[in-house]
Order: sequence, then C-alpha cells, then structure tokens
Amino acid sequence: MPASDPATGEGADPTGDYGAPRRLWRTLDRHRPPGVEAVTTGWRSPLRGPWLTSVYGLALLVTLPLVIVTGLLDYAAYSPQFGQAFPFDVGWLRLPHFDWPTRPAWLFQLTQGLHVGLGIVIVPVVLGKLWSVIPKLFDWPPARSVAQVLERLSLLLLVGGILFQIATGLLNIQYAYVFGFDFYTAHYFGAWVFTAALVAHVVLKLPRMVTALRSRPAGAELRTGRAETRPEPPDPDGLVPARPDPPTVSRRGAIALVGGGSLLLAALTVGQSVDGPLRRMAWLLPRGQDPGEGPNGFQINRSAAAAGIRPADTGSGWRLTLRGGGRTTTLDRPGLLAMAQHTARLPIACVEGWSTTQTWTGVRLRDLAALAGVPDPVAAHVESLERNGLFRRATLQANQVLDPDSLLALRVNGADLSLDHGSPARIIVPALPGVHCTKWVASIDFRTDA
Amino acid sequence: MREALARLRATYGAGPRHLLVLLLCFVVTGWVALRVAGEATAGRMLLWFIGAVVLHDLLLFPVYALVDRVLRAAVGVPARPAAPDPRPSHARRVPVRLALLNHVRLPALGAGLLFLVYLPGVLGWGADTYRAATARERIPFLGRWLAVTGILFLISAVVFLLRWLRRRAVQRRPGPPG
Repeated sequence: MPASDPATGEGADPTGDYGAPRRLWRTLDRHRPPGVEAVTTGWRSPLRGPWLTSVYGLALLVTLPLVIVTGLLDYAAYSPQFGQAFPFDVGWLRLPHFDWPTRPAWLFQLTQGLHVGLGIVIVPVVLGKLWSVIPKLFDWPPARSVAQVLERLSLLLLVGGILFQIATGLLNIQYAYVFGFDFYTAHYFGAWVFTAALVAHVVLKLPRMVTALRSRPAGAELRTGRAETRPEPPDPDGLVPARPDPPTVSRRGAIALVGGGSLLLAALTVGQSVDGPLRRMAWLLPRGQDPGEGPNGFQINRSAAAAGIRPADTGSGWRLTLRGGGRTTTLDRPGLLAMAQHTARLPIACVEGWSTTQTWTGVRLRDLAALAGVPDPVAAHVESLERNGLFRRATLQANQVLDPDSLLALRVNGADLSLDHGSPARIIVPALPGVHCTKWVASIDFRTDA
Repeated sequence: MREALARLRATYGAGPRHLLVLLLCFVVTGWVALRVAGEATAGRMLLWFIGAVVLHDLLLFPVYALVDRVLRAAVGVPARPAAPDPRPSHARRVPVRLALLNHVRLPALGAGLLFLVYLPGVLGWGADTYRAATARERIPFLGRWLAVTGILFLISAVVFLLRWLRRRAVQRRPGPPG
C-alpha cells in the first residue's frame, strides 16, 4: 500500500518526508540510540500486521461505543438535574438533561450490566490489540513531523485512557480503592479523555482499517491453518516484522485465543446479573457470593452497621415524616401497614454492574404524596436515618414518584425487611439506580416546585 | 487554496482534517485537565493515567513476551528452523513440541487474564470497604483462582493427550494400497 494512497486517509505519513523543522527530524533520525536496531528487527511474530490489528480494532469499534454510551446513560440515571450525580459539575461533558424513565423496569439493570459486563469482556481484546501494535512504540525516529508528534500524544491519551478506565472500573466493582482519588471524578473525566482520543483515532485510522480488512478475505483467513499461515506483506506502519519467525499459531488461532478469553470472562461475570443457581458462576466477584438464606437472602450495598444505623432508631419509636405544601404528616409503621399495600416484582441494580430481582410489598409513593396533600408533585426528596455517606438522601423525579410500582417498601418476599435491607422502610422504584432506592427512610418531602 | 494545503502538508506533515481532529481531542483533554486540576488528588490521577501505560508497555508486555520465549526454549520449539520443510503442507507432521507449547500457553494466558481482572478479589484487597458494602467478611479467592488455573491446565492436558493419541493411531494405520 503506497504511503500516498488516498485510501489511507489523512493520517500522518509514517514513511514519507520530514515536516518542519526538517533539520530536527533528520538529526533525530540519524542519531539512533543504542539498542534501537535490536528492538526494531527483534519483532518475531508472523501474525502481526494490519489485518490482525484491524480485526481486533473492529471488535473494539463495535463494543466500545456501547460501553461509552451506557456509561453516559448511567450518569443520566442519577438525575443530574437535581445535582445528585457524581461528579457534580461536568459542564457540557454530559448527555442533555432528560427525565430517566421508569420503564422498562430493567432499564438500569440492562445499561449498567452492559457497561460493566462489556467493560470486563473487552479486556482481552484491548490486550490483544495493544500486543499487535506494540512495535510502533519503539519506532525510530519517534516522529518525522509535528503531525506525528501530535498523533503520538493522542495515542498516549488513547492507551492511557482505556487502561485507566479498565483499572479504575475493575478496582471499583471489587471494592479495592487503592488509587486514593475519587472514583466517580476519575472514571467520568477519564472516559471523556479516552472518548476524545478514540474519536480522533477512528477518524484517522478508519480508512486504513477498511483497506486492511479488505486485503485478506475473512472467510479464507479463518480457514487457514497454522502451517499455511504466512506473514502479511510489509506495511507502511511497520507492524509486519522484518524477520518473522515461522508461525506457532494461525491468525484464526490468535482470534480464537482473544475470543476465548472474552468468553471465559463473560462466563465468570454474567452471574452477578442473574438470580438462582447461575449466580454462583460469578465465582471470583463479590456479587457471586452466597448472600444468605431466606426472604432477605439477597445482596446488599451498604450494611446497617456501616451506615451507623442503631436498632433504637428503627424500633417502635421510628416515625416517617411526610412534608408537602407546608404541611407535615407523621406515620408509624402500623399506620403504614394499615394503608393499601401493593406488591411489585422489581430488579434492584447497582452501578457496580450487579443486580437482583425481588418481590417488594409496601405503600405506593403516589398514595403517600396524596396523603401529604401533594397528589401531583414535581419531585420528592427522600432522607435516610443515615448520618453520613454520599447517598443518605436522594431526589426522585415526578415520574418516579407516580409510577404505580414505585413503593415505600416494608416487606420483601413476604417477610419484613431486614435491618441491612433498610428496615423499617425503604424506597424501591423501577429502573432507579440502587443507591437512590434509599434505605432506612426517615422523611419524604413532596415538592411542587423544582 | 491548493497551495496553502500543500504548504500545510509540507510543514505540518499531514492534511487539515488530521490537524482539526487532533486539536478537538486536545481541547477536550485540556478542558478536563483544567477541571480536574483543582482536585487535591489530581496528581495521583495523572500518575495512574501515565502509570497504566508504563506498566502495560514497559512491564506487562516485556514480562509476558520474555516468559513466552523462555517457555519456547524450555519446550524446545526453535525460533528459526535451519531449513524450511520441503514437504507439501498436508504431509507435514505438526511437531508435537509445538502442540505442547500451545497447550501450555493457552491455560497460562487464561490464568494470567483471570488474575489480572479479578486481582482485588484474588488477593483479598479492600477488606473494610467489602465488609461495609456486603456485611460479610472478605475471604481472598486465591484458592479459587488456583483451582480455576488447575482446571484450565487439566483440560488443556487432556485435550493434548487425546490429540496425541489420535495422531499416533493415524500414523500407525497402514497407508492406502498404492
């Protein structure tokens, strides 16, 4: 493929003339540091080349937008219009404001399950892609023009971005906050740095990917065994090694290896989103572990002990305070149980990707709104007995208050809520992020103005 | 116009779209950097961002590449054979050593991948946050990871053995009458 081929797009020409200042690039080119020769001729894999890189690239081009979009949707699910999504102030780096829907009830379960699940499953593809292009890192001269310097800088953002997102995400879902900074801030802004670099990379490299994929028909390549596998012809990017070894696996094998790794991770991850015996398949994840027996035997997100809830706060002295239109109403637990009870089977899904579906019983939020004298609220502000923590309060949108399945739940699976599940009462709303389904509810403020 | 474009190409080294798209990328990054710079932990974030690249490119990659070369030498798969095999491909016997190499590589890569991805659980990191979130004690999954690793190697070994037996059976069968 000639370097001037229009099909290569406008990528900085890796082999052509120097840009300005020419003397600098020429001098750099001539002064090769010791060892560069050994490294550049030392690459041995006959599989490295534009075709294999493009196959891995295509897999990421299909999956990464899904991970990015579901990530942004998860931010939107926290109703950032109420200032309760983290990070707090993101300027214009977010989706336009919209009311997060309550239907389908599994919406957040799906978006967040996809975000975390796909994020894990693409790890082998990312590693395979990086393996396929690693010779580029040791190119000499590192650049021949300002264009190449800028492009390499954007690649640092691209590679740093994806590795940073994977590392912080994996540590977060496994409760290892070893990084010492705020996860939300880092993961959200890291995503934007990565996305910007990804867009630039795709714009510059898409034509090259298409050319490379067309250069070897996929069907024929997937039928080629190891013995017949030959190196690709030399490419302008220098991915194909100068002195390749004989192959030890076919390209088909290399693709199967990465795909197999993804399948292995999928098998060990999907369990955290399903109930029943399959859950135990998430054998190496926190949410695949046995949550105990009985009606309250399902995963929690914050223990009563960690939330500082004392038994005295939740005993017979507990009162629910409803506010609305300048009025205050207080209810005790028998009072709530005397109201019309509604039962709904709803998933509760965590931003960490795990979810579980249970049968909840309690008073409809819209009944409580009517009782408080605000039958048509624009929002409801729920506060917990918790004394600290980011999620001791949450504001619900109008649609989330008025949905017929939105409950102040008192019971689950036919039994009273346990203390760890939010006894004496907790919020459960279809498609609402788990941490906004406030536990140990102390008060609800139904608002008529935003 | 055409002359200006040619001059851009000669000095900058690429076309206007290249410049535009990269500038856009840096504008977003710059904006994020300004926003995050106010955080007390901004330095740590930068360290992790750059550190992730350095760890992958200059530690993880060299280590697994080196391990693979050592493994190849140990199994006895020469990097460059003295002379190419002149026999047609269908008559060429897949060297047993090469199959052995791949049957070690595959479970080793699988185990390595699981170790990387589930690292905090395997080593039992974050016991306090785990307890606060789940109301249970964190038990390190090291034993489980070792068990999965063992299963991967076992499956690979069984498949290798079956292939080897089948190949031997095929070789011992008398050829078609000629």
